[in-house]
Formats: sequence, C-alpha cells, structure tokens
Amino acid sequence: MPAAYKFFAEFAQTWGLLYFVGAFLTVLVYALAPSRKDRFDEASRMPLQED
Amino acid sequence: MAQAVAPSKGMTFGEAGSALAFAGLALLSIIIAAKAYTPEYAFHAYLFAAASVAATFAIVNRYYDRPAQLPPQTVGGKPNYNMGPVKFATIASVIWGIAGFTIGLLIALQLAFPALNFDTSWLSFGRMRPLHTSAVIFAFGGNVLIASSFYVVQRTCRARMVGDIAPWFVVLGYNFFIVIAGTGYLLGITQGKEYAEPEWYADLWLTIVWVAYLLVFLGTVMRRKEPHIYVANWFYLAFILTIAVLHLGNNATIPVSLFSPKSYIVWSGVQDALVQWWYGHNAVGFFLTAGFLAIMYYFIPKRAERPVYSYRLSIIHFWSLIFMYIWAGPHHLHYTALPDWAQTLGMVFSIMLWMPSWGGMINGLMTLSGAWDKLRTDPVLRLMVVSVAFYGMSTFEGPLMSVKAVNSLSHYTDWTIGHVHSGALGWVAYVSFGAIYCLVPWLWNKKELYSMKAVSWHFWISTLGIVLYISSMWVAGILQGLMWRAYTALGFLEYSFIETVEAMHPFYVIRALGGALFVAGSLIMAWNVWKTISSGQEAEEVSQATQPALIAAE
Repeated sequence: MPAAYKFFAEFAQTWGLLYFVGAFLTVLVYALAPSRKDRFDEASRMPLQED
Repeated sequence: MAQAVAPSKGMTFGEAGSALAFAGLALLSIIIAAKAYTPEYAFHAYLFAAASVAATFAIVNRYYDRPAQLPPQTVGGKPNYNMGPVKFATIASVIWGIAGFTIGLLIALQLAFPALNFDTSWLSFGRMRPLHTSAVIFAFGGNVLIASSFYVVQRTCRARMVGDIAPWFVVLGYNFFIVIAGTGYLLGITQGKEYAEPEWYADLWLTIVWVAYLLVFLGTVMRRKEPHIYVANWFYLAFILTIAVLHLGNNATIPVSLFSPKSYIVWSGVQDALVQWWYGHNAVGFFLTAGFLAIMYYFIPKRAERPVYSYRLSIIHFWSLIFMYIWAGPHHLHYTALPDWAQTLGMVFSIMLWMPSWGGMINGLMTLSGAWDKLRTDPVLRLMVVSVAFYGMSTFEGPLMSVKAVNSLSHYTDWTIGHVHSGALGWVAYVSFGAIYCLVPWLWNKKELYSMKAVSWHFWISTLGIVLYISSMWVAGILQGLMWRAYTALGFLEYSFIETVEAMHPFYVIRALGGALFVAGSLIMAWNVWKTISSGQEAEEVSQATQPALIAAE
C-alpha cells in the first residue's frame, strides 16, 4: 500500500499539475484567439435577439 | 384545415411506451406495497402505484384529446416553443420555495426554543433539517433550474424542445421524486448522507428522470438553428451531466431487498466519506453554482438589455470552474482520516477557485456597464445584481474557510451555516427570484409584473433578513469555535459543551428573525406572481392610456 500511495501522490503532484496547466492554456488560446473575436462578440448578444 | 381524408391518428412511440411502462410500474408498485417490510415503505409503494396509474390515464386521455398531428416545430416561421412544462416548474418552484423557507424558519426556531419540536418524532430537528435542505435546494432550486434551462435552451437555440411526453415526464417525475424524498424524511426513511438522503428506490427513480432531462436538453441543443451554443447552455449541460455522475457515484447502494427501503453503500469508511463529499461539494459546485450561473448569463443580459460583458471571459470562467470544482470536496474532511495530501489538494483547489468565481462575478456585474441606472428603476435587476455580489462574497469566504488553519476554527460551527446561507439565500435564491420575476410575465404573455413596488418590498425585506442571518451566524460561529478551543491555565477545557450551546441562544433568535423576514419576502413574491398571472396586463395591449390604471393598482 505505501508504494501505491507514493505512486498516486507523485502522479498527482507532477502529471496532474501539467495536465491542468495544459488544459488552462488550451482554454486561453481558444478563448483569446483574435480570429474568434467576431464570433464571440456576436455570441455575447444571443440573449438579446428576438425571434 | 379542410382535409378530404381524415388524417390517421396513431399513438407515438413515446405515448404508447410510457403508458405501458407506467402500467407496468403500477403493477410492480402494488406487489411491492403488498410485500413491503415496513408500513412506511408500503406507503411509498402506494404513492408510486397511484402516480403511475394517474400517469397512464393522463397519457391515454391526452392522446384522445389531441389532434392527429403533433404540435408543429414552427408557426409562421417562428419556433413553436413548448412552454407548458416551463410554466409548471416555475409555479412549483414558488410553492416549494415557500414550503422550504418555512421549514427552515421552523428549525431555526427549534434551535432557539427546543420545545418547538412538540415532542413528536415527525417534527424533530433530525427529520426537519433534511426536509428543509432538500426542499430549498432540490425542490425550489431544482424547479427553477429545470424551468429556466428549458426556457433558455429553447430561446437560445431557436428550436422547440425535443419530445412530446418527455419534457412533462422530466418536470412531473422530478416533482414526484421530491414528494417521495420529503415524505420519506418525515417517516424516518433516510440514507443519512447529507444532501443525498433519499433511499435507493427514490434514487433509481431520479436517475431515470435525470437521464430523460439530459436527453431532452441535449436533443434540443442538437436541434438548434444557431451555429454557436450559448454559454448558458454550457453551464446547464455541465450541471445536468455532472449531477448525473455524482448521483450515481454517491448512491452506489445495494438494497437489502426489493421489499425494503434500506440499502447499504458499496464504499466503506474514509472512502465513503470522500465520495460523499466529492458528491456534496459538487452538488454545491454544479447544482447551486453552474446551474445558477447559467441563469446569470441569460437573464442578466436579457433584463439589462446589454450583451455579456466579455464572452471570452465567460468561456474561461466555464472551463476553469468545472475543471477545478470537482477537486475541492476534500476540504470538508480536514483533520480526518483522509490522507493529508488529499486534504491539502482539496484546500489548494478551493483557493484556486477564487479566480474563476470572481471572473464570473466580474463578468456578471460588468454586463451592467452602460445600464447601471437601471438598478434604480428595476428592482428585478437589482435582485439579480445583488445575487451576483453575494456570489462573489460567498465564493471569497468559502476558499478562506477551506484553509486548514481557518477551518480548525470554523469547522462544525455555525460559521459554516452562515457561509452556506450567504450563498444559498443571497446568491441562489436571489438569482432564482430574479429569474422567476422575469419568466412569469414572459411565459404568461404579460406586459410586466403586477407590482414592481412589491418586488422592491420583497428585495428590501429579504435583504434585511439575509444580513441578520449571516451576521448573527458569523458571530455565533466564531464565538462557538473560540469557546471550544479555550483552555484554562491548567490545561483543562474552559467551557463545557452545554455552555457553548447556551451562548448561542441570542444569535439563534436573531437568525430566526432573519429567516422570518426571508419567508415574508417569498410570500410577497408568491402574491405578486399570482396577481401577475391572474390579472396582469396582456403584453399586446401596450398603450399609454392604460398606464395610470397600472399605477393605481400598485
């Protein structure tokens, strides 16, 4: 058990961290890419559109 | 339509299938009722049987009454929205809200004046407390979420909701679950897991309802006319999907028998505790946060008539919130048998949650930029903006309390109760009230609410109630925590437990007063909603001539 515990703890502390940083950077790139500006500006008005 | 040949009318697969399934369930329920181990369980089986028979009759009657063609997807080029189930859930949320707040007031009074349990097991704190939490979270909040999600997904996808029977099954089936859960607590049927008290058969029923909810929501999203899926729908989807996973994980139980209400969970010891708080904290994160953030992202822009402040921030908000929340649960288990690193992990993720939470709060508040003056004139918008402010406050307080050093003082004290209620009353209930006040005139095609003045009264009365509630609980909690850890010079505990209980009395009275004000506010809302539906001005006849009459009515 101590070996398994050590393995999981180390896995969480290294790969877990990288996974989260990677995921966050991906989201940042997706959200902030200039090419999507117009699409997101339009999306921000979606509740205001009437049928 | 002058049609030469009468269109052939046949039952849809949904109608025939659900009618048969309910007939089968009725039969099964009667057998279970006959062989049930306990009278309480037999009562629930009879409830299931009665509801199933009623459902079968309702489906068949509805089939005979309806025209041969199902409602069209569009009418005159516009989507033919299905708002019947939304109306039902909206009304249900108002009624459940009053019930849940009132039971909360009762147990607040019981803590101050224990005689108020009238020496009956039915009204004992242990049964009333889950009745209160389930009524406000799942009955009131759940119906607001179902109503608003069905409304928002249709409007932002510009498509009629998927399914004919299915949306009604979701709404009515969910409310039936509430009835089973609530009566179960009164009768003493409970798993004893916080926010997951209903026993296995109620859980199984909810699973079926919830899968139908997911399918209706997803199907409507897939039917959308808009290429982009609006951010509110992302939040709703995260809420529906995650609650399904949490519900299954935390209710992995094996019943003693088909004829017994009792079940045992497959997890044991500290693993069970971890699963319970993985569930419990994410019920907060995905039910009480993600779902209501969806409300914020639709109803605040709509009401303020302003676009979302930063759509890009909303995307970052969404993904970082759902990625982080799922890890924060262990902060409920500080200084327990849970491994130390897992506790620290929960604490670190809780602290990191500050960022997405405040990003979302800023996004909600700044949506008002250019429309701040509306806060003066529109009490509905005021309710929603104050709710976002409370969201910011309680999501600041939460991470603070998750820090181990703070938690050693705050845990098990009334500070936690105060924190929960600043989130539940200030954020969840206020944004819900805002959504209800928006939805009612929209759904019943009224020009405005019956009385804006009444909304203002509701706002101020319940805000005063919340302030009394949370400030008394802050003082009570910190006092309690300090008394518990006070030592004499000789190393003995300075106070006996009963002395700390006694010290709480004045704060419990103030808290109950705050609760009473909150209940009063909700009664004003119910009256206003009732008057709006029954005698509000129709939306079509928008003319200046009728304006004075409206003012006189106020």
